[in-house]
Amino acid sequence: MAKITAGLTTSHVPAIGAAIDLGKTGTDYWRPLFEGYEWTKQWIKEEKPDVIFLVYNDHASAFSMEMIPTFAIGCADSFEPADEGYGPRPVPVVEGHADLAWHIAQEMILDEFDLTIMNKLEVDHGLTVPLSLVYGQPETWPVKVIPLAVNVVQYPPPTGNRCYLFGQSLRRAIESYPEDLNVQVWGTGGMSHQLQGPRAGLINKEFDTAFLDNLTADPELLRKMPHFEYLRESGSEGVEMVMWLIMRGAMGPSIKELYRFYHVPASNTAVGHIVVRPEN
Amino acid sequence: MDVSDFDDIPGTTVFTAQRSRKGYPLNQFCMSLMKAENRTRFKSDERAYVDEWPMTQAQKQAVLTRDYNAAIREGGNIYFLAKIFATDGLSFQQAVSTMTDMTVEEYAAMMLAGGRSIEGNRSIKEHR
Repeated sequence: MAKITAGLTTSHVPAIGAAIDLGKTGTDYWRPLFEGYEWTKQWIKEEKPDVIFLVYNDHASAFSMEMIPTFAIGCADSFEPADEGYGPRPVPVVEGHADLAWHIAQEMILDEFDLTIMNKLEVDHGLTVPLSLVYGQPETWPVKVIPLAVNVVQYPPPTGNRCYLFGQSLRRAIESYPEDLNVQVWGTGGMSHQLQGPRAGLINKEFDTAFLDNLTADPELLRKMPHFEYLRESGSEGVEMVMWLIMRGAMGPSIKELYRFYHVPASNTAVGHIVVRPEN
Repeated sequence: MDVSDFDDIPGTTVFTAQRSRKGYPLNQFCMSLMKAENRTRFKSDERAYVDEWPMTQAQKQAVLTRDYNAAIREGGNIYFLAKIFATDGLSFQQAVSTMTDMTVEEYAAMMLAGGRSIEGNRSIKEHR
C-alpha cells in the first residue's frame, strides 16, 4: 500500500528561483538561505520518496480571474513550467503520477471534498521553487509530483480547518492506493509577508515562530485561526500558511519535528521550512 | 466578522469579491502580458494597447503611470499586477517598494534588518 512517510513545508519566494537560475546562491545575500536547506538536501537523498503531493498556490499563472477553483488537483502525466512574465524557469518538466492523482480525486470527491480535476496545468514558482530548494538543479526531477493548487489569491481562501480536514481525507485516499509507494506531502507558501500597499514588507517573527511550534505542539489551535488573524499578523500574503495545514492534517494526530529553518529576508518574505515525520 | 473589518488593518487591501468585480478588466489585461507577443505590443505603444481593454480611465492611468497603490485601489491584485512589472524587468522587491514611503534602497535595507515591524501596524482604531 502507499504510505505517507514524511511532511515538509517551505516558503516558495520567486526570487529564490531566480537566484538559483542565475547562479547567485553563493552571494552574501543568498548563501545563508541556501545553507538552511543543506540538511534537507541530504535527507531527501536517503528518503527517496516516489511521489510528492505538493500543495501550492498558483500566482495568476495557470488561473486568471476567469476560473478560480479552491482546490485543483493535477491529474496529467506532466506539467510544464509557466511563463510568469520573465520567460519560463529553466527547470525540468514536472512529471506527474496520473494514476495516484486520479485515485485521490475519486476517493476524496466520494469523501465529500469537491476537487477540480486538471488534465492540463502549467506550474509556476509556487511549485517549482520548493523542488529546486530540496533537489537543486537536476537534469530531470528524481520524483513524481502531484500538484494541488489552492486558491489563496481571491478572498476567501479555504479556512485553516478545511485545509486540515482536507489533509486527513488525503491521507485516507493515499493509504488506500494498492501499490507500495513512498509518498511525502509538502505544504508551501508563507511565512509572514505582505507584497502590497504602504504596509508592504511586514515581517512578524513572533507569529511565524509560534506557527512553526504549534504544527507539533498545538495543531488544534492553528485549525481554529481565522483568516483575519493571518491577514493582520502575518501580512496580506501570509494567509498562504493555511496550505501548511493540509500537510499537517495528512500527518495524523502526532508528529515529530526533524528539522527547522527560519530566515529573514528572501526579497519581501520570511522564509520558514520544517520537516516532520508522522508518529503513528 | 465582516469583510469591512479588514479596513482596520493599516496600509492593506484585501482582495474581496467587490474588489475582484471592479478589477476584472484590469486583472485580465495584466494576464494578457503572460504572452511574449503581447508584452512587445504593450511596450511599443502602451496607450494603444490599454485602450483595447474595457478598463476605466482610472485603471488605465494607474497602469500607464505604474501607480501600483492606485491600481490596487481600482481592483488590481498584486499577482496580476506583477505581470506589468515583470514586463518592465522589475523584481517584486523593486515594484513593491514603490507602494511604500521609502526608496528602493531604504526598503531593501529595512528588509535586511528584519522587515517592517508588526508593532503599530495591526489596527488603525486600536492604535497598536
